[in-house]
Amino acid sequence: MTWFLGHLPQLGSLLLTHAVLAVIPLLVGLAVALPLGWLAQRYRWLRAPLVAGTGLLYTIPSLALFVLMPLVLGTGILDPINVVIALSVYTVALLVRTVADGLAAVPDEVVQAATAMGVGPARRFFTVELPLAVPVIAAGLRVAAVSNVSVVSVAALLGIAQLGSLFTDGFARDFVDPILVGIVACMVLALTLDVVILSLSRVLTPWTRRGRTA
Amino acid sequence: MSLIWAWLADPANWTGSDGILVRTVEHLGYAGLTLLLSALIGIPLGLWIGHTGRGRLVVVNLVNGMRSVPTLGLLFVAVLVLGPRLGGDLAFLAPAIIVLVILAIPPILAGAYAGVDSVDPAARDAARGMGMRPFDVLIRVEVPCALPLIFSGLRSAALQVIATATLAASVSLGGLGRFLIDGQAYRDYGQMAGGALLVAVLAVLVDLVFAAVQRAAVSPGLVPTTSRRSIRKRLVPDPA
Repeated sequence: MTWFLGHLPQLGSLLLTHAVLAVIPLLVGLAVALPLGWLAQRYRWLRAPLVAGTGLLYTIPSLALFVLMPLVLGTGILDPINVVIALSVYTVALLVRTVADGLAAVPDEVVQAATAMGVGPARRFFTVELPLAVPVIAAGLRVAAVSNVSVVSVAALLGIAQLGSLFTDGFARDFVDPILVGIVACMVLALTLDVVILSLSRVLTPWTRRGRTA
Repeated sequence: MSLIWAWLADPANWTGSDGILVRTVEHLGYAGLTLLLSALIGIPLGLWIGHTGRGRLVVVNLVNGMRSVPTLGLLFVAVLVLGPRLGGDLAFLAPAIIVLVILAIPPILAGAYAGVDSVDPAARDAARGMGMRPFDVLIRVEVPCALPLIFSGLRSAALQVIATATLAASVSLGGLGRFLIDGQAYRDYGQMAGGALLVAVLAVLVDLVFAAVQRAAVSPGLVPTTSRRSIRKRLVPDPA
């Protein structure tokens, strides 16, 4: 507790970096996964290769991916960009399947009704199909957010400063307090992101709260 | 890139007590021991929860809650707190295995639970109608039907454990993570990236082995289930 109170400013800046390193990949990953998931859903033959291909990326251990990123990107080993891109890759791997599933779960009648009303394909996607898929996509995004927060901390082994640095510092000094504070801070951050995404999803889908099935 | 090939192509890096072969065996040893222990705990518990329907909420919350715990921090705390009490060779190994087991149990438990839970109630009723006792229903009907999801949980856990076993090197254990940690200490990027490549290849290979075993073990009548896909999605591992 004394350690916690004495290091609040340091904790705040580590928490902020950690949050940025975890959140940017979520946005990037979502932006990449939406078109890929749409492709997987629209063209059935693309589904298996897209879902399996991106799923394969998920099997690569995070520390390994952080280390291999400079080879692909030409960045330095200490560059936080490696972490952002690696986590974006994981987010895409997780979300392509979710987006495809979410779009597939949109009832056919609804799509047909929209078409019958003269809504064009692009407008139909953004105003009908995508909003109806929001709950499923948000569920995937929550999983990605929570796991991103945990994975970011591993980058501390490479010397990239964020909450994980509390783990490596504490371990090097044989001092448990900062590690415990870091664990709690990570879990609080994960929970916060989880709640934010859940609330956003609720706000975006007011019809799910009326007690009717959407 | 050439640094990696230079490192991988050097025969001296493959043999000896700190060579690639020994490190791979160590890595598989940690992962194998962990999977065995967590399967021994997670599968019976998951089957029991799925069979009786008790404690569902516990499973869901456990799986979601564990995802938010940063593995690296947990590993360091376990070593600092348990290590001095154990002493000797066990001081680092036992805490690491305990942390790995704690990580591996939730996906295995969830797979076993979801597998039994998703068994067609008609099949269960038919077994009961044929006069099977509850235990026979579990072993001869529910478990075979649940195998795809049990495997799904095991594979998730295996990936997670192989990834996390890489971190074991940061608490002075062996395994392929040694190359990443040592490579960084010596500023030898070839060794680091070579080690990273080996871990990635190992993870993919182990998943393929599990896929092959799954294909051989699961009854052909169960393969094209639709429920499997929807549930696998929930059981994806964390790349720890």
